[in-house]
Amino acid sequence: MANTQSMCTSFMGELLTGTHNFTPSTGDTFKAALYLSSATLNASTTAYSSTGEVSGTNYSAGGILVTNATAPASTNASTTAGTAYWTPSASLTYTSVTLTTAFNCVLIYNFSKSNKAVSVHTFGDQTITAGTFTLTMPTNDTSNALLRLATT
Amino acid sequence: MLVNTTKGEMDDSLLEKREGVIDDDNERTSWVEYWLEGELVHRSVHVHLKKALVMGAEAAKIA
Repeated sequence: MANTQSMCTSFMGELLTGTHNFTPSTGDTFKAALYLSSATLNASTTAYSSTGEVSGTNYSAGGILVTNATAPASTNASTTAGTAYWTPSASLTYTSVTLTTAFNCVLIYNFSKSNKAVSVHTFGDQTITAGTFTLTMPTNDTSNALLRLATT
Repeated sequence: MLVNTTKGEMDDSLLEKREGVIDDDNERTSWVEYWLEGELVHRSVHVHLKKALVMGAEAAKIA
């Protein structure tokens, strides 16, 4: 079993029903939870669950708030194609934690909407000892943003 | 420099420092460890995510 980097399928459907609001300040609150390498998060994940979540000193179940100061943007590349995109506006930082069991995954989810899942992001196995775990986001543009909705 | 460790804050001159970097298509990860007499007392990690997740979008032709 393993975690798989993916956009959550339920999230894509929920975009069509206007469930999620990424507008800074007035929109929804998003959180980021870390998961053990032995967990099984993937496109089928529909909501945050504590099953498989890391635990340890100074880590609270549910993870941390995602800083969202930059509104989603969209850019037309041509008359028939374009990209909408969004990236958290700050790194995700878990400070002074001890997480001794290997983890390799962060789940972004909508805390304001019954913890509905947004996306699963994976990285190499990590442990933290009385230290800080920082996840820096990619550049927020049409090519690199963390979440992109692009014309195919 | 003081370092937060499993034994409280310690001066880094008392500790052995180990560092490393992993760079691949998905991430650039750097880590730093401090060891005291063979015991890991601090480990911090910085992961820079590179890969975006992309959803497709298509408007079907109405026949």
